[in-house]
Amino acid sequence: MLTRLANPARFMRASGAVLPWLGLASAAVLAIGLVWSLVFAPPDYQQGESVRIMFIHVPAAWMALSVYLFMAVASAAALVWRHPLADIAAQAAAPVGAGFTLVCLATGSLWGRPMWGAWWVWDARLTSVLVLFFLYLGYIALVNAFDDPGRGVRAGALLAIVGVVNLPIIKFSVDWWNTLHQPASVFRLGGPTIAISMLLPLFVMAIGFLLLFMWMLLLRMRTALNERKAQALRLYGQAAQLGESRRRAAAAPAASIRGTATRAGAGG
Amino acid sequence: MTAAFWGLFRRDLRLSWRQGGEIGLVLGFFVLAVLLFPFGVGPEPRLLARIGAGIIWVAALLAAVLSLDRLFAADYADGGLDLIALSPIPLEVSVLAKIAAHWVTTGLPLTVLSPVLAILVDLDPAAIPVLVFGLLIGTPALSLLGAIAAALTLGARRPGVLISLLVLPLFLPTLIFATGAVEASLVAAAVRPHLLLLGAVSLAALPLAPLATAAALRQALE
Repeated sequence: MLTRLANPARFMRASGAVLPWLGLASAAVLAIGLVWSLVFAPPDYQQGESVRIMFIHVPAAWMALSVYLFMAVASAAALVWRHPLADIAAQAAAPVGAGFTLVCLATGSLWGRPMWGAWWVWDARLTSVLVLFFLYLGYIALVNAFDDPGRGVRAGALLAIVGVVNLPIIKFSVDWWNTLHQPASVFRLGGPTIAISMLLPLFVMAIGFLLLFMWMLLLRMRTALNERKAQALRLYGQAAQLGESRRRAAAAPAASIRGTATRAGAGG
Repeated sequence: MTAAFWGLFRRDLRLSWRQGGEIGLVLGFFVLAVLLFPFGVGPEPRLLARIGAGIIWVAALLAAVLSLDRLFAADYADGGLDLIALSPIPLEVSVLAKIAAHWVTTGLPLTVLSPVLAILVDLDPAAIPVLVFGLLIGTPALSLLGAIAAALTLGARRPGVLISLLVLPLFLPTLIFATGAVEASLVAAAVRPHLLLLGAVSLAALPLAPLATAAALRQALE
């Protein structure tokens, strides 16, 4: 499947067919999830209505981690197998992941103000997610820092793989350190500690975020491929123009020489 | 291979010694960065004693970052790096020799100088050995992790700024555990766990960073 799609032309056809359906599905699922979580889900007995921020915050945090992992795996595939679409996928995913991380940090901050009494606390979970945000930014900056785009992509791929050490730190920070951030309550041994009436809209939102990511990823990958195609055409056009003028320049003196030769021949 | 390791190590030391000034520049930056804080937050001894260790560590991080761009850049520019990569000894070993030389010319002088600065910021004398020992076992991680960023940014348009953006997030664990150790010694709590974690960061970076750095150098020289 991945090898079949390695052909950019085939990828463009397949992604073009899937793209509108992905967009529609993500819009629909997110609409259902938002109405369910913001209107119908019960308020928390302790946190009251502000628990509804969690329906954005938690899926955004999941996506922030997953997108980074996706980016690292795609980077590894680009380095190991030179899969032609893998580096494009990694590059396309980075700003989206940075966006999810920012949403996660911002919503957490909005929730922290009424609950903890502070916009920001320096505990391990928050700090490590902030580091994740800077890893995304560093990746984007590094990829764009070279005159040769290939260099930037390869350097960025290595950085993405190095940054993976941060993912387990984020995931287990709430267990290793005594943090203000609550410990895991969904994916834990012994089952989730959240009421099913809140868990279901949470999962709907998570699926919506996942579809949104896939839609944006394909859209950005297609844009990147089209940009490459446009640049290749521009270069081809310039080369053709250059070749044409060279041929004319080369043809002109040759004609004059031939002209003198014929004249000389006529004279002789 | 050992001979080659020490040969490269000595060469880098000699280069940075004879080019002169570079160690002095880094140390000068370190001292000045620490001295700025009493002006910035006010000269009250109690406050300075409270935040002194953090100031010294942050200044050490910044000084280390400042010195990173010269780690491979000169050899990359004059082609020496190509020869090092072509030589029969593994690039990882050469990288480790260069990192060791970098630590001896930055991390070690910073560590040696730190007790003086600790006195300047009124740090509790009991905490000074913890600070110095923390710098001694923590600064190798700065050279090791920094080498990855220095290799990744070879040939980039603005390597200096880029290195700090890439590397400062990676330095956070070292900073957290090192200042945690000093904090603990100030309140007479157990220092050992913090120092163990600090050493663990350096030890984990010791085998992994040369691998990543060598990979980055290979793609830079490709």
